Amino acid sequence: MGLDLSFFTWDLARNFLIGGLIFSVVLTLVAMTGGIFFGTLLALARLSDRPWLAFPAAGYVNAMRSVPLVMVILWFFLLIPFLIGRPIGAEWSAVITFTAFESAYYSEIMRAGVQSVARGQAAAGFALGLTYAQSMRLVVLPQAFRNMLPVLLTQTIILFQDTSLVYAIGAYDLLKGFETAGKNFNRPVEAYTLAAVVYFVICYSLSGSVRRLQRRMAVVR
Amino acid sequence: MIEIRNVSKWFGAFQVLKDCSARVDKGEVVVVCGPSGSGKSTLIKCVNALEPIQEGEITVAGIPVTDPKTDLPKLRAKVGMVFQHFELFPHLSIMQNLTLAQVRVLRRTREEANEKALKLLDRVGLRDQAQKFPGQLSGGQQQRVAIARALAMDPLAMLFDEPTSALDPEMINEVLDVMVELAHEGMTMMCVTHEMGFARKVAHRVVFMDGGEIVEDASKEDFFGKPRSERAQLFLSKILQH
Amino acid sequence: MNFRWEWEVFLRDTGGGESYLDWMISAWGWTLAVSALAWLLALVLGSAVGTLRTVPSAWVARLASAWVELFRNIPLLVQIFLWYHVIPALVPPLKEVPGFALVVFALGLFTSARVAEQVRAGIQSLSRGQQAAGLALGLSLPQAYRFVLLPMALRIVIPPLTSESMNIIKNSSVAFAVSVSELTLFALQAQEETARGIEVYLAVTGLYVASAFTVNRAMTWIEARVRVPGQAAPERR
Repeated sequence: MGLDLSFFTWDLARNFLIGGLIFSVVLTLVAMTGGIFFGTLLALARLSDRPWLAFPAAGYVNAMRSVPLVMVILWFFLLIPFLIGRPIGAEWSAVITFTAFESAYYSEIMRAGVQSVARGQAAAGFALGLTYAQSMRLVVLPQAFRNMLPVLLTQTIILFQDTSLVYAIGAYDLLKGFETAGKNFNRPVEAYTLAAVVYFVICYSLSGSVRRLQRRMAVVR
Repeated sequence: MIEIRNVSKWFGAFQVLKDCSARVDKGEVVVVCGPSGSGKSTLIKCVNALEPIQEGEITVAGIPVTDPKTDLPKLRAKVGMVFQHFELFPHLSIMQNLTLAQVRVLRRTREEANEKALKLLDRVGLRDQAQKFPGQLSGGQQQRVAIARALAMDPLAMLFDEPTSALDPEMINEVLDVMVELAHEGMTMMCVTHEMGFARKVAHRVVFMDGGEIVEDASKEDFFGKPRSERAQLFLSKILQH
Repeated sequence: MNFRWEWEVFLRDTGGGESYLDWMISAWGWTLAVSALAWLLALVLGSAVGTLRTVPSAWVARLASAWVELFRNIPLLVQIFLWYHVIPALVPPLKEVPGFALVVFALGLFTSARVAEQVRAGIQSLSRGQQAAGLALGLSLPQAYRFVLLPMALRIVIPPLTSESMNIIKNSSVAFAVSVSELTLFALQAQEETARGIEVYLAVTGLYVASAFTVNRAMTWIEARVRVPGQAAPERR
């Protein structure tokens, strides 16, 4: 049996896929931005000398990292309405879940990044009269971010792939778009194949750009 | 025994060896010296085809190294090689380091291989370390094990690639002593080294390289007595100053 | 908020003569079985592919890296759908294969790409001199890999493989999407049937964490067993 792709038309893409693609991309971008922001705060908390900051941060990161993402998605979908007292859509739940979950992973990257910047850099900042917050924000973090940029982007590609797991709570993302189109036209085999091709093209070209970036950075250093 | 004829080699666009020719006869000890980056380490690695060459020809015991039809493992088994960084196999005990290739390449029985290994460890003064692992020995001890490992294959000739330059000063002599003894027994040796004392003691000839070229190829007496080239004179004056 | 624990939920009958506890234990078994078999597949294929990525032959290395790119750039869930919905449709004999086995293939091949990357990095972290020393003794290239490079490389990759083996347990949860009766599917269905989501999720999460922790201990034990005397212990976080 071969594949029959004739059902695939521009109309179909507009009706079923574009919305899903936009949701997947927005979910990725929001979770990336929020994840890097909160992840950086978590990393600084973990590296702090104050145990009341370091312990909870480490506990949060380790908890997130030891539970399957699908379970985390289910947990948030169950708990958020329970805590705020009213239902929340699958899409909003996904945005909150992924931001919280990815913060843990980005924080590990940022922690390694901060540790990759020589201790002398922070000391030099202090010596110039900068406060801790200033020397972190102006001296250490920019370098850490720069050193870790390829790793952060690679994590974002993984994040984009992982957004497909919102399937568990029925949010309408790119994969769901393909699945729905496949069901409506009774062409599931072709729909899943195309989904794989689209994900592959997006992720492969993104990881190619990361590799090129990495090479350029290696030259600069 | 070893014959190098008009060998040239490039790394990309950079020419590391320029039309090099040299020979090592049976029972002869030849020291190759020269400033760092002169291509001497590359040249010695070409002798057992660890580095490919683009032009020229190398034969060992009459076998053309550069011929694609040559059975390289068989040839390499007949040529012992000692590396700058020892390159013992860290996951194998000293005994296993000495017996691995005897059993796998020469197809000796375990008993034969063990017997040979112990004899050679005795010779380099390390029999009591046989059951240890490389990481538990000092640099000098590791290099002596590496020499024993190469000798266990009953090589026709030995190649030494800067065998003492990764060693702490106090360990250099224990390795050189083993090499001197080997030379006195008539082993054919090609040694890349800066140890001019060793060269004076046992070398028959000295080959001096600079910038990928063989600048001088002279008897020991001529080389240390009246080197012809200015570059060799300069090199010797630098290295022998202290 | 008045929430009361109701752990008795696990003793309730599912309607099929067994309790939810029984169901959860059997689901745990499926999770472990999928993970273990997929891990075996990933180790064998990943070591082979990772090794081939380092060989001198350019087209072999390129084929091996195509393998890695293919399985690394498609989301696991999509790969599971491919194995479950697409491949049996294209290769009819595979229709007889149970869904459980298809999920093992999907998860195993997905993980093999990640194992391959670790193995490649492990081999490349050894000095080039090690390979040269093996060849100089007369070992053939396959022998040099077998006796010199791989024994050291495989020791080096144990710590990263430890986290991969914990990942595979977490990733096995994606099998819920094709109705393999493992822990996550149990969590979803039991939550719906009993409306005691918090108790159910807590128990399931606990089992995942306990499984991953056990695997971590086991790998650490293996790592200590194969440590080479005289080599510094690898740095651990």
